[in-house]
Amino acid sequence: MRRRVLPGLPLALGITLVYVAIIVVLPLAALVFKAASLGPEDYWRIVSSDRAVASYRVTVTCALVATVFNLFFGMALAWVLVRYRFPGRRLVDALVDLPFALPTAVAGIALTTLFATNGWFGGPLSVIGVKVAYTPLGIMVAMSFTSIPFIVRTVQPVLEELDPALEEAGQTLGASDLSIFFGVILPLLTPALLAGVSLSFARSLGEFGAIIFIAGNQPFSTEITALLAFIRLEEYDYPASAAIASVMLLTAFVMLAITNLMQARALRYTARG
Amino acid sequence: MNIRLDNVVKEFETFRAVHGVSLDIESGELVALLGPSGSGKTTILRMVAGLEYADAGAIYFGDENATDIPVRDRGVGFVFQHYALFPHMTVGENIAFGMKVSKVKRSPQAIAERVKELLDLVQLSGLRDRFPGQISGGQRQRVALARALAVDPRVLLLDEPFGALDANVRRDLRRWLRKIHDELGITTLFVTHDQEEALDLADRVVILNKGRIVQEGTPEAVCRNPADAFVMNFLGDANRLDADIRGGKAYVEDVAFEADGVADGGGQILFRPADVTWREDGQGIAAKIVRVIDRPDSRRVLAMTGSGQPVEFDTAPEFPHRKGEAGFLQIRRARVYASA
Repeated sequence: MRRRVLPGLPLALGITLVYVAIIVVLPLAALVFKAASLGPEDYWRIVSSDRAVASYRVTVTCALVATVFNLFFGMALAWVLVRYRFPGRRLVDALVDLPFALPTAVAGIALTTLFATNGWFGGPLSVIGVKVAYTPLGIMVAMSFTSIPFIVRTVQPVLEELDPALEEAGQTLGASDLSIFFGVILPLLTPALLAGVSLSFARSLGEFGAIIFIAGNQPFSTEITALLAFIRLEEYDYPASAAIASVMLLTAFVMLAITNLMQARALRYTARG
Repeated sequence: MNIRLDNVVKEFETFRAVHGVSLDIESGELVALLGPSGSGKTTILRMVAGLEYADAGAIYFGDENATDIPVRDRGVGFVFQHYALFPHMTVGENIAFGMKVSKVKRSPQAIAERVKELLDLVQLSGLRDRFPGQISGGQRQRVALARALAVDPRVLLLDEPFGALDANVRRDLRRWLRKIHDELGITTLFVTHDQEEALDLADRVVILNKGRIVQEGTPEAVCRNPADAFVMNFLGDANRLDADIRGGKAYVEDVAFEADGVADGGGQILFRPADVTWREDGQGIAAKIVRVIDRPDSRRVLAMTGSGQPVEFDTAPEFPHRKGEAGFLQIRRARVYASA
């Protein structure tokens, strides 16, 4: 067997498995175990309570809207960063990562200050009757803020690798700009977009720190699922907290599985043979 | 469709890429733009395609001034050096793309038939459902050609079409492209830096240097009568010796060469390695053998003249002499140019 630069399979696989077991599987198993300590009826009563269902609706709806917004805005941002040279491009490029670096609570407080009715953005917006802070709109703003780097950073490298000759080939074949975008560019970006979208959506579902400051946290209207789980925790009702968390876990799993399947489909053409 | 370039100029930010190039290409002709990198050959091709705009001058397709027609309406087929096949489409879908996006609507059956016809033409019938990543470089370039032909272009433009392929595939594809051109009779312009490719394939060769045409003509004309030392050097191995030109003769160490019409003064003679004979009887220019290189069908001898100028020449495989032996170089055929 060829000697590799990095340690061989037994050591590498061992480290990987131990890591996955301790850091990922163990906490998740504890969560499932705790939730399972409830009987099926109790479990169902907790996860299907009106307040819980309302929190799922708020969380999923806001995460969807935030992700769709990020899809367009993040792709435009990646396009501009890759295809154009302008003063300050490197600065913008660096700023994209800021939401990752910033503590989410800081982001939440900053966004709340900006969008409160006496804030820089909230003031003018309230004049035209748009309220952002303490509404679902605020949750969406916080979610898209914290998850936009996922889309930019997954699309950017693929765009950089995209051969400009492909677009020229489309032009010489008589295709309009729209046909080239939808027929050539978009399909080639789709795998990266799907990866970015699934990460962005997953992050939005689980976001906590940035949202609780701006959301207002009214049960049935601006209470997210992560907060509800946290409230149950504060009440020392660990099984109920675990039950609600298990629903989020399941949602995230299903969503990632679906996007992985879609990605495999979009990448069909790279299969050899 | 004949193409005419009238004094076309293209400048990039800091340098002039093409300086006033005029060129006539007859309908059905296969013309090669030949030059070293940076000679402006690809820029000229891209201007004909409409992928670059000329800063001055005009490009005519037939009687129509095509200078400002956008690329998508110009009706050209373009083959890129690195194929530029759409990687997410099968071979068949790549070829069909131009017909699908065309303003002229075609039925799916008509498109499928045309794809089949083109696949037969480029001899890739079995590969319709493969992706570009699953076929070889030579096959990809044939698909790229079929895709370019699918939209019934008025002219076919190829940018270093065989540059990325290995030597054997390149030779096969060259002959094959010539055959397709003869079948279809489409006006074709291609760019290459490989003189062998240009001479092998083209009806007419246009040689460029530093954004200007230095010579154009049939392969025979440019080979037999290179216009200047650059063309002579570029078309193949050439030796160069300093010469004195006096009264229609060029003298190299007392050996005289015909130099009709070359001005008196400093000059140079250029000659091919095949046009030299090694002699031991004192006729020619004194030289010493420095090295002998063996090739399958000949020996290449590296020699140094008495005045210290290197000369290379080819001999029969039986050439018996070795490094260090002295003798004389008889130059049977040479071209004389005034010093630039």
